[in-house]
Amino acid sequence: MAFTDQQLSKKSWQYRRQTLEIIKHAGAGHTGGSLSCLDILNVLYNRVMNVTPENFADASRDRYVQSKGHSVEALFVVLADKGFFPFSELETLCQYQSHFVGHPTRKVGGVEQNTGALGHGLPISVGMAIAGKMDDANYRVYTLLGDGELAEGSNWEAALAASHYQLDNLTAIIDCNTLQITGHTRDVMNNEPLDEKFAAFGWAVRRVDGHDFAALTEALSSPLETGKPSAIIAETIKGKGVSFMENVGKWHHGVPSDEEYQKALAEIAAHLAECEATV
Amino acid sequence: MSAPAPSLYSENAKQIAAGLGLKMGRPNLEAFADTLLELARADRNIIAVTSDSRGSGKLTPFGQSLPKQIVEMGIAEQNLVGVAAGLASAGKHVFAVSPACFLTARSLEQIKNDIAYSDNPVTLVGISAGVSYGALGTTHHSLHDFAALRAINNLIVIAPADNFETQAAVKFAAATNKPIYLRFGKAPIYELPVAPFEAGRARVLRAGNDAALIASGETAIHALLAAEWLAINHNMQCRVLSLHTIKPLDTEVILACAKDCRAVTTVEEHMIYGGLGEACAGVIAQSDARCKFKIVGIPDEYTVTGSQADIFRHYGISMEGLAQTALTLIA
Ligand SMILES: [Mg+2]
Repeated sequence: MAFTDQQLSKKSWQYRRQTLEIIKHAGAGHTGGSLSCLDILNVLYNRVMNVTPENFADASRDRYVQSKGHSVEALFVVLADKGFFPFSELETLCQYQSHFVGHPTRKVGGVEQNTGALGHGLPISVGMAIAGKMDDANYRVYTLLGDGELAEGSNWEAALAASHYQLDNLTAIIDCNTLQITGHTRDVMNNEPLDEKFAAFGWAVRRVDGHDFAALTEALSSPLETGKPSAIIAETIKGKGVSFMENVGKWHHGVPSDEEYQKALAEIAAHLAECEATV
Repeated sequence: MSAPAPSLYSENAKQIAAGLGLKMGRPNLEAFADTLLELARADRNIIAVTSDSRGSGKLTPFGQSLPKQIVEMGIAEQNLVGVAAGLASAGKHVFAVSPACFLTARSLEQIKNDIAYSDNPVTLVGISAGVSYGALGTTHHSLHDFAALRAINNLIVIAPADNFETQAAVKFAAATNKPIYLRFGKAPIYELPVAPFEAGRARVLRAGNDAALIASGETAIHALLAAEWLAINHNMQCRVLSLHTIKPLDTEVILACAKDCRAVTTVEEHMIYGGLGEACAGVIAQSDARCKFKIVGIPDEYTVTGSQADIFRHYGISMEGLAQTALTLIA
């Protein structure tokens, strides 16, 4: 089933509402970064990747590794929507004896790899992509990194290997929301110009609006260049979709108060109503 | 002109070994590399991953015979382990081969998360382990690896004692879909008396009830020679175990030593903290059994400079040193 941009937009607002619901219920979560990457996950899971609960054990499935594991709430709501588990199970997120840990684990249906420590997803994805090349398999490997995460040196070890092995079956997406826990990435440890860095490491690079479904679809659907890994620098807004959370550092792992929660839900409800009117 | 490498065995020790009919084998490193090549020839999903370490891992013939089954990562051990995890998750049976000192320190977080926690069936092969690199110094020693890796859930830790155990351990690893750490040295090693190998079960190299010597890895030969020396010179019958699997621990056999013998000495090519010795001590202390107990290993100090043989002798990891320790303990 192919979704239109309008349908994806509606899904994203639903995902945002659900993300806030589970964070509010758990009393914990990484709100800002989950909201910044939701449109990317939406496009990957609903338009680009060949991953379903039915084919998840098939060797030929596309693979997604969430290197910025802290934005697990975004991943969980998308996986629930894909049918990997009922959304209601997320009531147990972070609770005693729940398998829904506060970072991705393979105990949860649809999760490829356990992540959470930063700088691990790209090396793992390089391994998956090398295996794909060895087996002449058609699957693609996607990994999502935070912009702050790029200070971890292991990313650059993996970036070297990805171009050395010409892994055009690998796409790394940088959720470039320009913020990390301490503040702006440019102030904490500047990593721009990112496009030039990845290009110097032998990658094909594209900057896109990380909230533009059409641009994301175009950038993610195939290798940018044959023989090179693809780096998609997705310019996003941390806290996207909730006015008072957007670009505000404290929402990195802020949990809304009752009042803030109602305000956020009301904003999202208004967006959803707009979608209903246009879809 | 360079001096010949000092031997790990004194002339007396060599005579005792000859008396036992023990033959000098090859380095465990070579036994590993040959076994892996043989297994990989029969299974194209067996992949070796190296960090500029194929030469030191004796994998040059592997690379020449099976170029599509070896992946070079360059000098980047964190990436080595992460990539190994990714390959394994996509159906490969991966042997990640790198000097134990770098593999288990620099990549410890990748081992903990990407291999053990994610349950990716990778065999981490720590080559030239312990103080194999001798005078190259502490940067090149792995005296922390048992301690660090024992404290990680879902990881089998094996230090084979001789060529037979090494071959058996590599075959076990190839047939097991679990995270495993293997570590061994690069010096030629005596072949120990024949006894079956089973991962997680100690090999009994010698029977006896006066004292027990529990050894891990390539220190086992020194324990066996010490037991024989004590039998000849002091009419003492020592039990000797090759406790190759540090985790999971063969608690039954350790407790039997503590119950049957007045004194238990452990020996390992590892710091005295957190390794075989403290693992055994933990098992015994939490039981009703009581015995004299001594951990032989590298103490918590700036390790003395020297070859592996010099360092072993300095810290009593030798026939003479272990025999003296056992005598003192029992006196
Ligand atoms: Mg960020």
